[in-house]
Amino acid sequence: MWSYEKRLQYPVKITQCNPRLAQVIISQFGGPDGELAASQRYLSQRYTMSNPKVAGLLTDIGTEEMAHMEMVCAIVHQLTRDLTPQQIMEGGFEKYYVDHTLGLWPQSAGGVPFTATFFQSKGDPITDLVEDMAAEQKARTTYDNILRLVHDQEVCEPIKFLRQREINHFQRFGEALRMIQDDLDCRNFYAFNPSFKSDLVK
Amino acid sequence: MDGKSRDKLFACIGALSFVMDDLRIYLDTHPRDQEALDYWKKVEKVRNEAVKEYTKCYGPINMYDVDVDDRWTWAEGPWPWEGRC
Repeated sequence: MWSYEKRLQYPVKITQCNPRLAQVIISQFGGPDGELAASQRYLSQRYTMSNPKVAGLLTDIGTEEMAHMEMVCAIVHQLTRDLTPQQIMEGGFEKYYVDHTLGLWPQSAGGVPFTATFFQSKGDPITDLVEDMAAEQKARTTYDNILRLVHDQEVCEPIKFLRQREINHFQRFGEALRMIQDDLDCRNFYAFNPSFKSDLVK
Repeated sequence: MDGKSRDKLFACIGALSFVMDDLRIYLDTHPRDQEALDYWKKVEKVRNEAVKEYTKCYGPINMYDVDVDDRWTWAEGPWPWEGRC
């Protein structure tokens, strides 16, 4: 069960609209390495995570990713709030606007709609954790790419915060992978899937 | 307390929480309904007591209530989706 707290994890207060930048940053909402995919990846994987501590970590990081999705949406919203038709045309925002007005909709910067194929839930702890570590790195790279295009300090600060969280999550997932491996045969980590009962009785 | 009273207390928290879930969305659209507000206060008080008791005896339900003594108990199983608690 979840409950909502009426606060952002890190404040977002943007005073200058920028529809062009919003279209880039929206990728971290509904793009391939975005926060929606991250949250659903971890929250889907946790059910078959054999180690309860790692299942807890997936729950907590998955929950934090939902808070990051909220921050990204707040940034996009504040960058597009009260746009005039002229600003929409000049900022190249008309193709998004025609379908969504100024509403938030999960898509990549290239306009590809969010899809569950952006992530995997494989039911094998090592497979899933290696995917999770890669996902954190891909998101970190995406934030680096965004930061090269941002010159507004008000946008920069929350993006830098989100980038740093990718690094912390990567570290925690690395530790989780080691915890899983500690319970396995160090000469052959891949002898069986510890989350698949029929493999365990062999 | 035995497992039976644990189950009973846990079920009680579930029921009280659901009353508050449903009341919450009602109050979102009826913010000045005094009868509903009084009901909220009543249920909230009982729920707080039940959660406090459960947390003390069996461990945290909410991460802000983790009682940090000699170890971190939040990530100790079983997890709710396992069907064991």
